[in-house]
Amino acid sequence: MGLTPAIEVNSVSCVFGAQKVLWDLSLSIADGETVAFVGESGCGKSVTMKVMMQLLQPTSGTLRWFGKDVNQMSVVERRRERFRLGYLFQGAALFDSLTVFENVAFGLRQSGENDERAIRENVLDRLQEVGLNADIVTKRPSEISGGMQKRVGLARALALSPDVMFYDEPTTGLDPVNSRRIDDLILSVRDARGVTGIIVTHDFRTVQRVTDRIIMLYPRTKLSDDESQIIFDGSINELVNCERERVKEYIGDELKPGRAA
Amino acid sequence: MISIPLYNPISRFGSLLLQFPAILGSLAIFGMSTIRALFSGVPKRHVLVPILFEVGIRSVPVVVITGTFIGMVMAVQTYTQFKMMHMESRLGAIITMTLVTELGPVLAATMLAGRVGSAMAAELGTMKVTEQIHAISALGADPIRYLAAPRFLACVALIPLLTAVADSVGILSGWLFSWQVLGINSYEYWMYAADFVTAWDVMAGLVKSLFFGCAIAIIACRQGFHCGAGAEGVGRAATQAFVLSFIAILGIDFLLTVLLNTSYALIYPHAVSLAVGGI
Repeated sequence: MGLTPAIEVNSVSCVFGAQKVLWDLSLSIADGETVAFVGESGCGKSVTMKVMMQLLQPTSGTLRWFGKDVNQMSVVERRRERFRLGYLFQGAALFDSLTVFENVAFGLRQSGENDERAIRENVLDRLQEVGLNADIVTKRPSEISGGMQKRVGLARALALSPDVMFYDEPTTGLDPVNSRRIDDLILSVRDARGVTGIIVTHDFRTVQRVTDRIIMLYPRTKLSDDESQIIFDGSINELVNCERERVKEYIGDELKPGRAA
Repeated sequence: MISIPLYNPISRFGSLLLQFPAILGSLAIFGMSTIRALFSGVPKRHVLVPILFEVGIRSVPVVVITGTFIGMVMAVQTYTQFKMMHMESRLGAIITMTLVTELGPVLAATMLAGRVGSAMAAELGTMKVTEQIHAISALGADPIRYLAAPRFLACVALIPLLTAVADSVGILSGWLFSWQVLGINSYEYWMYAADFVTAWDVMAGLVKSLFFGCAIAIIACRQGFHCGAGAEGVGRAATQAFVLSFIAILGIDFLLTVLLNTSYALIYPHAVSLAVGGI
């Protein structure tokens, strides 16, 4: 793990109309670690991740990528740094009008890669990495299953060899077999590439299997102004043994000590 | 403080009135971002060509059908009144003038707003709802440059051509109906049309259409990009795109007509007009 955090947010607030979703949130994700954001619906997990990816502009606060303040970066620098971040969307967010091949190649073309042979090789390698055959490259996203769409989404994100991967509810809506497959892919991406992983999930099997650290958020509307929105930050064993009422209320009896196989 | 429920009609009207400047500002910012994106690079061919096809070629049938009927309706409506003044031979002048300066551009723009604008808003709205627009950003591309700029370019480039099609078809159908059904002399139809309609009138209509194309593309793309959640949000974005575009078309038409007529009077102070010198 490097000394400089991969992602840092300082005093970030995100307000939509009259609704405070995030308020004075500060956290840091170390290079190489895999962190899961958990918490009840509406607590701001996905918003936090979108702010970290700069898909949403926070109302106030600062964001740093690899130690550099994003607001101080030039447009070109910000674009270059963004290529170091990959994002797997909850519904895969594949482009309907493009084939699987063009979906996976999209980021490569945007990064300035013009060599069609290199693009083809990269696309086929990434599809193979996520366990998909080359024969699906001509299919449209609507012609493949939900699990396959998630894997194509992962292949698309991995095509740019990111240093940080964001996974937004990667196993939501998938059957147990496909869920385990996605968990295995997250693990292999972490182990083989040393990629920093940030996961938003409700699935404690995923949390137990793939994460080093868990951050639990609490809905801002249920907190007083001086209370932190992060109600837990620690390892899986610390979470299991945590005695705080709000944490216990959320995890119930879902978690067992130790890591799942 | 007295709270006024939002279903109160006065409160709703006030709320809409307050939203209006915000929507105008948002459209202006979106429009400037789109034009700036165009200056930073021409959209790629594989992105632009399908949009050009959708906006241009696939709009031709509907523009031809509506143009045909409008030309014939114009002939029917004006014939009775012109006949009372024994001026039915001037049908060609009034049909051609009305079509090239007003009905052609407004008709083509309305068809574009209804057929293409609302479809664009629905398509982009669906992309927003399914996070595809976020995915474009996440993959290092600018969604405005990738999605809005080619649509803007297609609308602006093709609406003058669609207007020319609407004008031509309307004038031809008006001529055919006047000649075959109303018994107007074919030579007189074309002679008066050529006498009264100048190159300025044709250009004025085409210039108007350019502005209509800009407005339709910006409104449609902006509504798609700012679409609300779910299927309801997409439906509302499509409807709002058409309604706002139609209001914009009529508003721009009025402003440009005043501006162009004033300019014409300044440039050609002794020009013969249909109302004064011709009849």
